[in-house]
Amino acid sequence: MELTGAEIIVRSLLDLGVRHVFGYPGGSVLHIYDAIFKTPEIQHILCRHEQGAVHAADGYARVTGEVGVALVTSGPGATNALTGLATANMDSIPLVCLTGQVPVDLIGNDAFQEADTVGITRSCTKHNFLVRHVADLARVLREAFHIARTGRPGPVVVDLPKDVTAARCDYVHTDGEVKIRSYNPTVIGNSRQVKKAVAMLLESSRPMIYTGGGVILANAAPELTRFTRLLGAPITNTLMGLGGFPATDPQFVGMLGMHGTYEANMAVSHCDLLVAIGARFDDRVTGKISQFAPSAKIIHVDIDPTSISKNVKVHLPIVGDVKNVLGQMNALLEAQGARDHQPDLKPWWDQIQSWRDKHCLNYTQKQDWIQPQFVIETLNRLTRSEAIVATDVGQHQMWAAQFYPFDRPRYWLTSGGLGTMGYGLPAAMGAKVARPDETVLLITGDGSIQMNIQELATCRQFHIPVKIAILNNNYLGMVRQWQEIFYEGRYSHSHMAFGPDFVKLAEAYGAVGLRATRPEEVEPVIKKALEIDNTVVMDFRVAEESNVYPMVPAGKALNEMILL
Amino acid sequence: MRHVISVLVENEAGVLSRVAGLFAARGFNIESLTVAPAGDEQTSRITLVSEGDDEIIEQIIKQLNKLIPVIHVVDLTEGAHVERELMLVKVTAEKEVRAEVLRIADIFRSRVVDATPNSFMIEVTGDATKLDACLELLKPLGVIELVRTGQVALSRGNRGMIKN
Ligand SMILES: Cc1cc2nc3c(=O)[nH]c(=O)nc-3n(C[C@H](O)[C@H](O)[C@H](O)COP(=O)(O)OP(=O)(O)OC[C@H]3O[C@@H](n4cnc5c(N)ncnc54)[C@H](O)[C@@H]3O)c2cc1C
Ligand SMILES: Cc1ncc(C[n+]2csc(CCOP(=O)(O)OP(=O)(O)O)c2C)c(N)n1
Ligand SMILES: [Mg+2]
Repeated sequence: MELTGAEIIVRSLLDLGVRHVFGYPGGSVLHIYDAIFKTPEIQHILCRHEQGAVHAADGYARVTGEVGVALVTSGPGATNALTGLATANMDSIPLVCLTGQVPVDLIGNDAFQEADTVGITRSCTKHNFLVRHVADLARVLREAFHIARTGRPGPVVVDLPKDVTAARCDYVHTDGEVKIRSYNPTVIGNSRQVKKAVAMLLESSRPMIYTGGGVILANAAPELTRFTRLLGAPITNTLMGLGGFPATDPQFVGMLGMHGTYEANMAVSHCDLLVAIGARFDDRVTGKISQFAPSAKIIHVDIDPTSISKNVKVHLPIVGDVKNVLGQMNALLEAQGARDHQPDLKPWWDQIQSWRDKHCLNYTQKQDWIQPQFVIETLNRLTRSEAIVATDVGQHQMWAAQFYPFDRPRYWLTSGGLGTMGYGLPAAMGAKVARPDETVLLITGDGSIQMNIQELATCRQFHIPVKIAILNNNYLGMVRQWQEIFYEGRYSHSHMAFGPDFVKLAEAYGAVGLRATRPEEVEPVIKKALEIDNTVVMDFRVAEESNVYPMVPAGKALNEMILL
Repeated sequence: MRHVISVLVENEAGVLSRVAGLFAARGFNIESLTVAPAGDEQTSRITLVSEGDDEIIEQIIKQLNKLIPVIHVVDLTEGAHVERELMLVKVTAEKEVRAEVLRIADIFRSRVVDATPNSFMIEVTGDATKLDACLELLKPLGVIELVRTGQVALSRGNRGMIKN
């Protein structure tokens, strides 16, 4: 069947199972938009900024595990998409971003709305393609989706010159595996390494499990839960790994790292065996690297060999998909008699209990000002820990991680690696499009929300009722906290002395605005917001100078945490 | 330590910038880099010389492998291998020293590939130390300009880089 390039793109998307595209039109993608117009099976969501479109596709991907799709025009469309791509790349999120490009003959001529998209996006994508011939189009799209979702996932850009989208070519639907001879991620763990790992597990008297985003990406939460039960060890998650193991389970000791719990960081500092699973030893997690897990042997399971021994030298690497490797380890642990000789872990658990007894997340809610932590606790109570929660970046993000427990994977969306303010609203929107029956909460700050607030219009136009909680402290709070602690309180340009009236702003967008200024108003506002079938902006005027504790100061070891 | 790394890649647009971009973005050092088709239309071979401790070289190799169009990466320094580099040097050669230049060229089994009444161009092949040694001797005579290709290398023995 002969089709135009634009029709091939839309047909390929359908054949690849795509039903939602987040995008923004422009000259070089007009053919594609025309094909979309004629294809009711694809729902296109018109965002208000290309960054929003890419974050929305990212949010969609995080909750579904499928490849999110964004479509933007050439030049400024592509450059606006960059922050979204870099955000997805740092967090290994599977995306395909289709970018328009000037016609092949004009490439390199400084043509109108030309940007060297492949050049600019090379270092912030997993891979990118420029399609010069319509005959390559269908194959490249299949390869792009394959690369985005397999191995260590990531964003892939497909740059589409306008003339290629107009040219005609035969389209044949192809099923089956994509084969790229130079791309073959290792997915099964080496069985000798796995055996050695299990032997080390069964010898350890102070084992500690440390898992990250890889467990979520691999859909390996059930295997991880089984593994943790079999071993009986304490487990901590990175910010990206939250929900990989039930947070309300007694074996869970909380998040680790800079704003992790005291018990998690102390356990890592004292364990004799650290099992790192789909986590990448980020500097927010390790603190001072030379004193990270100083008495531990380290086992590291990761699908990406570059993650292994990059920051911390490990004793036993296992390259593979965590779902498989955990399955392999579980099978050995389940084998009869395997655990008979495991040392008694009771002394280790007693020690952990003594750290837990510090109650490191304590805070006091007084009569006057709303404490931000109290808002999150109330949100959690009223949504019964069941909401999908997206955040922006800052103090509110850390409090959300500390005070909203996730028992399931893919309910937590946050920009961890790049730390992109402005991520939250579009990501929440993408999540709600994918999961219309779930409550989707955005926990954001007065600074961050203003970075993509225009997406309120998208929520309104497409009826995407997300619930937005602004922890409004009139500050770039995380910056202010560092200035308070490390710069003797010189608040250089972290005070947002003027902010919009968020209630009126919400109303201007056709959403609902609510405000709470006193502690007793928090609960009624949230209750009301949850009842309304519309996008709701809740403006919580919280204590301005609250700090996130506990905290490992930058460059310090994990056991040098500052407690409140 | 100095490592010679051989990289087999798909012969497609942009591969070289992916490799070079990787080194720049991650702050890895490149002493030399050569690239040319590897005997068929589909693949090219890049030979890279880099300096770094074991951890850095390990990361370089892993990061190269991670690039999608990279088919295979080998650190040739781990085994027996042959290294070659080609240099063209233009030397001043007035009457009195013409014989001296030719004698040096002869010692290094190099060839004169161009001559004028007062200069020679010499082509020298060998490993980097041989080229350096040759250059040392030519310099006092007056080197006008020179160009070196950078190292190329293959492992010794009857096996290729990828098993067929
Ligand atoms: C303000 C701020 C404060 C922060 N504070 C903290 C903090 O206190 N604590 C904290 O933990 N983080 C914190 N972060 C986040 C931090 O920057 C990193 O993003 C995070 O720690 C990385 O998580 P991760 O190690 O799970 O890696 P991810 O980025 O989630 O990477 C996943 C890893 O799993 C691997 N992987 C992917 N798929 C698979 C698979 N199928 N099989 C096997 N492996 C796979 C990947 O190769 C990669 O190595 C903070 C961020 C911000 C913005
Ligand atoms: C795009 C972007 N610019 C700057 C920063 C640096 N930064 C990190 S947290 C923060 C403050 C965020 O303020 P707000 O959204 O109000 O959250 P709060 O910390 O007050 O809860 C800033 C400026 C960033 N992470 N992202
Ligand atoms: Mg703020």
